[in-house]
Amino acid sequence: MSGRVLVGVKRVIDYAVKIRVKPDNSGVVTDGVKHSMNPFCEIAVEEAVKLKEKKLIKEVVAVSCGPQQSQETIRTALAMGADRGIHVEVSGKDYEALGPLQVSKILAALAKKEEAQLVILGKQAIDDDCNQTGQMTAALLDWPQGTFASEVSLEGDKVKVVREIDGGLETIKINTPAVLTADLRLNTPRYATLPNIMKAKKKKVVNMKPADLGVDVATRLEVLRVDEPPQRQAGVKVETVEDLVGKLKETGRI
Amino acid sequence: MLGLSRSRTAVSRRCRLLHCRYVHSENNERATVLDNVLSTFRSICGEDGMSLGEAIREQHGKDESVHRCRPPDVVVFPRCVEEVSALAKVCHKHRLPIISFGTGTGLEGGVGAVNGGVCFSLRNMDQILDLHQEDFDVTVEPGVTRKLLNSYLRDTGLWFPVDPGADASLCGMAATSASGTNAVRYGTMRENVMNLEVVLADGTIIHTAGKGRRPRKTSAGYNLTNLFVGSEGTLGVITKTTLRLYGIPEAMVSAVCSFPSVQAAVDSTVQILQAGIPIARIEFLDDVMIDACNRFSGLSYPVTPTLFLEFHGSEQSVEEQVSSAADITQSNGGADFQWAQDVETRNRLWKARHDAWYAAQALRPGCKAYSTDVCVPLSRLPQIIVETKQDLTENKLTGPIAGHVGDGNFHCLMVVDPNDPEELHSVHLFSERLARRALAMDGTCTGEHGVGLGKRALLCEEVGPMTIQLMQGLKDTIDPNNLMNPDKILLPRKL
Repeated sequence: MSGRVLVGVKRVIDYAVKIRVKPDNSGVVTDGVKHSMNPFCEIAVEEAVKLKEKKLIKEVVAVSCGPQQSQETIRTALAMGADRGIHVEVSGKDYEALGPLQVSKILAALAKKEEAQLVILGKQAIDDDCNQTGQMTAALLDWPQGTFASEVSLEGDKVKVVREIDGGLETIKINTPAVLTADLRLNTPRYATLPNIMKAKKKKVVNMKPADLGVDVATRLEVLRVDEPPQRQAGVKVETVEDLVGKLKETGRI
Repeated sequence: MLGLSRSRTAVSRRCRLLHCRYVHSENNERATVLDNVLSTFRSICGEDGMSLGEAIREQHGKDESVHRCRPPDVVVFPRCVEEVSALAKVCHKHRLPIISFGTGTGLEGGVGAVNGGVCFSLRNMDQILDLHQEDFDVTVEPGVTRKLLNSYLRDTGLWFPVDPGADASLCGMAATSASGTNAVRYGTMRENVMNLEVVLADGTIIHTAGKGRRPRKTSAGYNLTNLFVGSEGTLGVITKTTLRLYGIPEAMVSAVCSFPSVQAAVDSTVQILQAGIPIARIEFLDDVMIDACNRFSGLSYPVTPTLFLEFHGSEQSVEEQVSSAADITQSNGGADFQWAQDVETRNRLWKARHDAWYAAQALRPGCKAYSTDVCVPLSRLPQIIVETKQDLTENKLTGPIAGHVGDGNFHCLMVVDPNDPEELHSVHLFSERLARRALAMDGTCTGEHGVGLGKRALLCEEVGPMTIQLMQGLKDTIDPNNLMNPDKILLPRKL
């Protein structure tokens, strides 16, 4: 086995930011807004780095698809312990329309090119909440998938994955190469410390375009409209039970 | 007690502690003034920027202390410093008190509107501005809390280490000169605030170190920055603070060690500091507290004075620090020295210290906790703790002790039944005795929580009449009409 793990990291609007919808309802405001690595991708990177520290794998490669600024996200992954980065450059309208299908095609192509033993992704991104990229990547590669992982252990050429499912926890054992997606309780990601950020500046980040991998990023989806959730209306206080019943009847509730 | 009507004094203490009553402006003059200004407030802050609602006013009239709720007459929510200044001008013209409100996590009743007035709730000013990574500084508005800032900074390798426990507003922390468990290594707010933007009582906006300035050191003029740090809203409204940042430690190691006596634990602390070990946290829990923690968290620490230590640095450096500290504790009779580097085990080791507040309250369910806050020179710590424990036993009070021994600061978490006026009175007298004990040992009555409402008389004893006179003089110059958070820090003048 190559001992190489591919980790996908996505640049998203920071979780603490108050999201605002553009006045023309075409999307959300991203200009001048703080961005950072998707929290589930942080967990994926941490898991890969932990595997390397345990000497179970040899190399961690961080991949991001997006504009110039995605390089910052790759640098954060490098500061957390990834060895090198691949930036697949997608910008402008192509970037606005980039979704799980195109990204999974890119990741599948890279997984083959890099002879990855594992592809570890976050279970979903906090901006689109799709929860599709991991599953699509596995399907395109025809590899087994261990999604919503809360525990991962390598056992020879197989992986044991404990998955968080509605009913509780499901433990599966799958062959490698495989695709895993990280859930919240898999680990606690480390902070990037200053010395590691300095070291990360010297690690290699390779630049390429989707076409270099034979992938067409044309989208088959059209976003019609983006709206904010409805504003919460003020409640009404009533003095007596009769008033309450009256109001409920008025609004047709009873 | 000031500002109380006859009807209020007739209400039992129980009600005072547990409920917060609607305060009518009994003062008809005040009611008329308010009617005149409300529309002006709305035009400054917008329709949603002002509230007369009972629940909102009550929320803004209390903090996490045992002082009863004293709601303001109205709460305003400015969005920028220009609005704060415009509001202040209106309040100044009509002689309305101005009370600043950050997160309401204070412990000394600092946000209570003793004479009613206008509460400036600053939570909508929540921008993190001007982060300079290479210069290790950042400027924040009052709505930014320390956890929010550290989350924002997490990718940069920097953090703001002052940690008072609560997720407090950073400008509020500047206003109360907050400290925390990390102070022994990283200092308190006094050492880490580089510049402040402040709105004065008449609406003037000043920058204590000059607008946008952030040199790491300066000897330019009077140190106004540190005049406003710790002024608890009595000199101006802090609308921006420029903070000193530090690198996130590469490695952290936590350790626990038990001792046969308080003296042994404190001796170890002193020796660790004298050995030049750059310890990040050194926390003391007495046997009563350890017992409470064992029960609450299902742990089995030996029930004896215990030190919780934390070391920050590079991998090699923390190994060295731990080894030296272990030698020192052993030579003082310390036992069961355990340490760990991984997050999960570190959290387990420190669990007792983290849960201390809740463990103390759980000793007597239904009771509230009140924390004392004295600070003395290190060498006097064993004596004051021993005498305090004697006092607790003699007076049958429950007061487990947790302390930042590296600073000589400790807290007795007094667990009181709020429905028992005798007990409340007993606790009040105990904390006065404790404060005086600390003063007699060259210490202070408040190491981190501030003076607020409850320690004004003790402040007079601590600094003496001449210094109080000077403090009053400064207050009179900066706020001649006594509008900024009246009746905090300084006792009202005898007429």
